[in-house]
Amino acid sequence: MTDFAGWLMPLRYGSETAEHNAVRSGAALFDLSHMGEIAVTGPGAAEALDYAVCGWPSQLAPGRARYTMLCAPDGGVLDDLVIYRQAPDRFLVVANAANTAVVLGELQRRCAGAVVQDETEVTGLIAIQGPNAPGILSRATDLPLEDMRYYAGASGTVGGCPTWVARTGYTGEDGFEIYCAAGDAERVWTALSEAASRDGEAGTPALPAAGLAARDTLRLEAGMPLYGNELGPDMTPYEAGLGRVVRLDKPSDFVGRAALAERAAEGPRRTLIGLVARSRRVPRHGYAVLSGSAEVGVVTSGAPSPTLGTPIAMAYVATGATGPFGIDVRGKTEPADLIELPFYDRRKQR
Amino acid sequence: MSVPAELHYTEEHEWVSIAGDTATIGITDYAAQQLGDVVYVSLPAVGTAVTSGEPCGEVESTKSVSDLYSPVDGEVVEANEELDGDPGLVNAEPYGAGWMFRVRIPAGSGGEAALPPGLLTAAEYEELTKSAG
Repeated sequence: MTDFAGWLMPLRYGSETAEHNAVRSGAALFDLSHMGEIAVTGPGAAEALDYAVCGWPSQLAPGRARYTMLCAPDGGVLDDLVIYRQAPDRFLVVANAANTAVVLGELQRRCAGAVVQDETEVTGLIAIQGPNAPGILSRATDLPLEDMRYYAGASGTVGGCPTWVARTGYTGEDGFEIYCAAGDAERVWTALSEAASRDGEAGTPALPAAGLAARDTLRLEAGMPLYGNELGPDMTPYEAGLGRVVRLDKPSDFVGRAALAERAAEGPRRTLIGLVARSRRVPRHGYAVLSGSAEVGVVTSGAPSPTLGTPIAMAYVATGATGPFGIDVRGKTEPADLIELPFYDRRKQR
Repeated sequence: MSVPAELHYTEEHEWVSIAGDTATIGITDYAAQQLGDVVYVSLPAVGTAVTSGEPCGEVESTKSVSDLYSPVDGEVVEANEELDGDPGLVNAEPYGAGWMFRVRIPAGSGGEAALPPGLLTAAEYEELTKSAG
């Protein structure tokens, strides 16, 4: 167990590698109740959010979700968010646990004309991720999942509890995130475990629990940024290769617009790249990236990849740096090959 | 968590087993659990002179990397090559198949292998891990 933004969270339940592989090959359950849930409601909610974030929430159809960012006036990223439009006048904004207070404060300041309410404490979040997730969840819910698209959501029951079920996740696999009342989280978890149990081989749970360690290696393989590593107040979405989330085509003003328009025009100063290590020594957060003998960047996330069987890393390098790249792993330069992100794409594997 | 009574321990979470003039060294169950899944172990080569308390290798896990220290002075006579293909042995059997390297200890004045001072008994090591939480 580990302290994570004030929440006591399991880093792993057993072997984090087994948990990781379960998500890639079958399915696993995550307790993500630490995530921040902030409701923005009222007739002015859509317009208010259009000003608050760099995406375009008012364009979202009810029942759809979008990945977006909350930026500072200088264009720096304060948090990356998933916004669900649960009803015409109700948006659920999901923030990183460590940033929930910041996001709440900014939304309250920026969303004049809407009601902004922190629902983190009363909301449980259980994720079921992996190729077997639709089959398992379909036996525990009244929702027709085959109709639910990626980044869509709907109200329905899971294990008899009222929930918001969304086809979203942070693993690079198919899967669902299930928002429920905090007091119902255990019932939802149990209902999913029971729905899976008939698939299990003797002694092996068909739906093991997975912790934060597996969540981190899964998202890294999928090339998904983590706030604090690839994203932060000193970076803009453009540097992270996520310029598409900045909707400069949105006609209305939004916080950070002028600075972001400027950054879009001049191009990013550094670029987020993927590196695959040739050695078995693992590049870690903060290690220097070299091109020849020149330091050209820094590793933002690195881990041994269970799927690739070799260490992988995301790194920021000066735009235009061509390599061949090396990583300074505690004093010794280890060669690493540039690879197009993501490291793992389920649509190309199957 | 297991702490076999017959072994010696270090504050860096290695265990040492002495047989004649040879010390067998690995990391403890506690250390393996703290590290998580071990994915790579870099061991000192056979013939290397190692010094007590000095790093002589690395243990890489999913979340972190740790130095491997030699608890004794001497010459490396064997390294566990099984770990190269199956580093998970360190988690599965830290005191058995997950051993790491063997060191020949120079004989002391009495002809017995001289143990360095400061090694912990099983009881002392268990106390250390408890106070570490």
